[in-house]
Amino acid sequence: MTIDTSDILAALVLTLELAGVTTLVLLVIGTPLAWWLARSRSLGADVVGTLVALPLVLPPTVLGFYLLIALGPDGLGGLAGVRSLAFSFSGLVAGSVVYSLPFVVQPIRNAFEAMGERPMEVAATLRASPLDRFFTVAIPLARSGFLTGAVLGFAHTVGEFGVVLMIGGNIPGETRVLSIAIFDYVEQLRYREAHLVAGGMLVFSFLVILAMARIGRNIGTVRP
Amino acid sequence: MTDARQDEETGSALAVALSGKRGDFAVDAAFSAPARGVTALFGPSGSGKTSILRAIAGLTRLEGSVSVGGEIWQDGPRFVPPHRRALGYVFQEASLFAHLSVDGNLVYGARRSPGGVDGELRRQVIELLALQPFLSRSVADLSGGERQRVAVGRSILSRPRLLMMDEPLAALDIRAKDEILAFFETLSGALDLPILYVSHDISEIERLADRIVLIEAGRVRASGPLNEALTDIGLGFVRHPHAAAVLPATVVGFDGEDGLAELDLWGQPVFVDGSGPDEIGLTRRLRIEASDVSLAREPITRSTILNTLRVEILAIEPAGRANLAVLLRLVAESRLDAPPPTFMAKVTRRSAARLALAPGDTLFAQIKSVSLATAPTR
Amino acid sequence: MNRFLPFSALAVVVSMASPAAAESTVVAVAANFTEPAREIAAAFSEKTGDTAELSFGSTGSLYAQIGQGAPYEVLLAADDERPARAVAEGLAVEGSQFTYAIGTLVLYSADAGRVTGPETLRDAAIGRIAIANPKTAPYGAAAVETMRKLGVYDALKGKIVEGSSIAQTFQFVSTGNAELGFVALSQITGREAGSRWVVPAEDHAPIRQDAVLLEAGSDNETASAFLDFLKGPEAAAIIERYGYGAAG
Repeated sequence: MTIDTSDILAALVLTLELAGVTTLVLLVIGTPLAWWLARSRSLGADVVGTLVALPLVLPPTVLGFYLLIALGPDGLGGLAGVRSLAFSFSGLVAGSVVYSLPFVVQPIRNAFEAMGERPMEVAATLRASPLDRFFTVAIPLARSGFLTGAVLGFAHTVGEFGVVLMIGGNIPGETRVLSIAIFDYVEQLRYREAHLVAGGMLVFSFLVILAMARIGRNIGTVRP
Repeated sequence: MTDARQDEETGSALAVALSGKRGDFAVDAAFSAPARGVTALFGPSGSGKTSILRAIAGLTRLEGSVSVGGEIWQDGPRFVPPHRRALGYVFQEASLFAHLSVDGNLVYGARRSPGGVDGELRRQVIELLALQPFLSRSVADLSGGERQRVAVGRSILSRPRLLMMDEPLAALDIRAKDEILAFFETLSGALDLPILYVSHDISEIERLADRIVLIEAGRVRASGPLNEALTDIGLGFVRHPHAAAVLPATVVGFDGEDGLAELDLWGQPVFVDGSGPDEIGLTRRLRIEASDVSLAREPITRSTILNTLRVEILAIEPAGRANLAVLLRLVAESRLDAPPPTFMAKVTRRSAARLALAPGDTLFAQIKSVSLATAPTR
Repeated sequence: MNRFLPFSALAVVVSMASPAAAESTVVAVAANFTEPAREIAAAFSEKTGDTAELSFGSTGSLYAQIGQGAPYEVLLAADDERPARAVAEGLAVEGSQFTYAIGTLVLYSADAGRVTGPETLRDAAIGRIAIANPKTAPYGAAAVETMRKLGVYDALKGKIVEGSSIAQTFQFVSTGNAELGFVALSQITGREAGSRWVVPAEDHAPIRQDAVLLEAGSDNETASAFLDFLKGPEAAAIIERYGYGAAG
């Protein structure tokens, strides 16, 4: 039995694309969200914070099922007039964004919280406008949080299975990512391919967690 | 003591009138400060000094008005946000930006000030605060005192019209405090702007302040020139075990053999250690502790005590069970701008009775030790 | 006597746990057969007093577990291929394989009136059409076969989305994300809404769901008894009620 690497390669490229796009989207929407959650004491912030954290505890199939409904004719798909946003790359990005949200928002939020009010006050007394100090003080000081969030968000999206399974439709080059490929190989009893991809995932996950530890060691501490 | 209203009439650079609730106490404070020199906000911890300072900066909002050099920062509904106020603020912890180098910190505010970084000012500040050796270093490698110097330099470089310091030495050890106080003394002489200095440590204020605003429970209890406050018996400084007066005097000579400098205090000579021939012509602060002053009807010539001043008794007040505080004024001709300075002697009730001390008496004050409270003012 | 109570309690627990092989059997069941399997196990238990402990999963992952020594004694697969393979690889007892149910394929849509018959597949306006992964799920393979036979496969190919299992395929269709889908009749039994076309059995190879006695259960009489019960009329009635064709 020979291994068909073109299948795996296509799944790998798609997975990296999905994780990359998802991470970018998450950084863009996660940063202001994390800032608000770190600074606001309102009930609304607590409620939103809880919603953001939900994917941590919900089984991905639950999330996937709700996403399926949300993307379908009675939800976003209907609004967009295309019946359903499921079974498409953008649908997967939407699902992955929801699914990986806490993994990006939480570290950034923690970094913003650890920073305290003081650096922003100092910047204000040094003539920096709110937006100016957000970009020149808050973001650089929270860089370990951003790095952690980006790495975790990327890795978590790469490792995502349940949600993609629920809303993907296994379309090669569009929604057939690595974790789905592994599942397929196991189902088809093609264990050699399964081993190859699963082993790669294992090494990747190991490297990610190792990288996290190094990030924590090198730039985790922010002195006042 | 002069009050805030009189200060305004004489043309002050900073005028503050703020009120409102902060935490569990109410602030209701009005005071002013002249265009130059250090005005100390003094009071016990928790009296609201920091709340007032933060409100002047616009970091928190109280009701009222703040104006600096004729520019209104706050008045009624008008509220200029802190980043649009030309202010320097030095916090208790240096709060340097950890992601920037020392130089990056120094120019952060300067870059955002009108006209950008002023190279000449930058050079002066670096020299004044001796920052050259640290410029390219990471802020993590600095000691506490060095960090605070960078923070001060950073504030000055943003070209403030008002410099505020909130207990800038409180987090430092004694050695670092002493070192940085010397820098502050030089600075206060060199800067042409009002400095508000918050502290609960009277020794810092004796060294730095020109004027004092006494804060108690969110209110201004008194405000005025430093020595007037220190020797105002009603304000209670005199009851402090180390109560002292701070008097400016001019260095007029130096005896190299004895190592003593001669200072002129309103026509009377005072000899002290700690100055040098290069300081002739400069003004130094003399610190005279009340418990170091004894009074005599006759001059005592055969004594180890070096300094004897002719004084007149202004008032005598109780200071504890066995002691009295005697308020003294130097015997000298009044000048146009001010009467001669006052200081205090702490004497026992028994001695006062034996000498029959009474206001109006002229006598001799023997001063066991006179120290210099500041670096020279150039 | 009271002092020994904890001991006797322990003894009861041990006696319940250890020689269980004589009175119960562990059955691995393909997920699509979950409901009828529960009912059959209950009927089996009622009739014999023995119990069948059921574990559910996709046939592929159950098979992978069996290959790694999972203690399943009976496999109720969703196809006939993997039971055969289990026998070939020595994981199952030779000669024990039989078809316990035959699946019926249905073209289904959640929209009423959308499916009228085979001609629906020729409608150019079709959106997404969901099928089970044809490489792993017999229903998927049967769906592809049906479309080929009707000559519409090439036209529909680009519109196909695959569910990892027939259960997931049904989700795609029932939530409306896919307009049409080939699902199992068992999934829409008792469901009035939507529209359907039951694909004639001759349009594709039969969707055989085979059972097999696994090596781990070769000495367990309860395992054999359960398989026998599965072949019997009581089980057949349950299976048919769930929309499966009765086996041979």
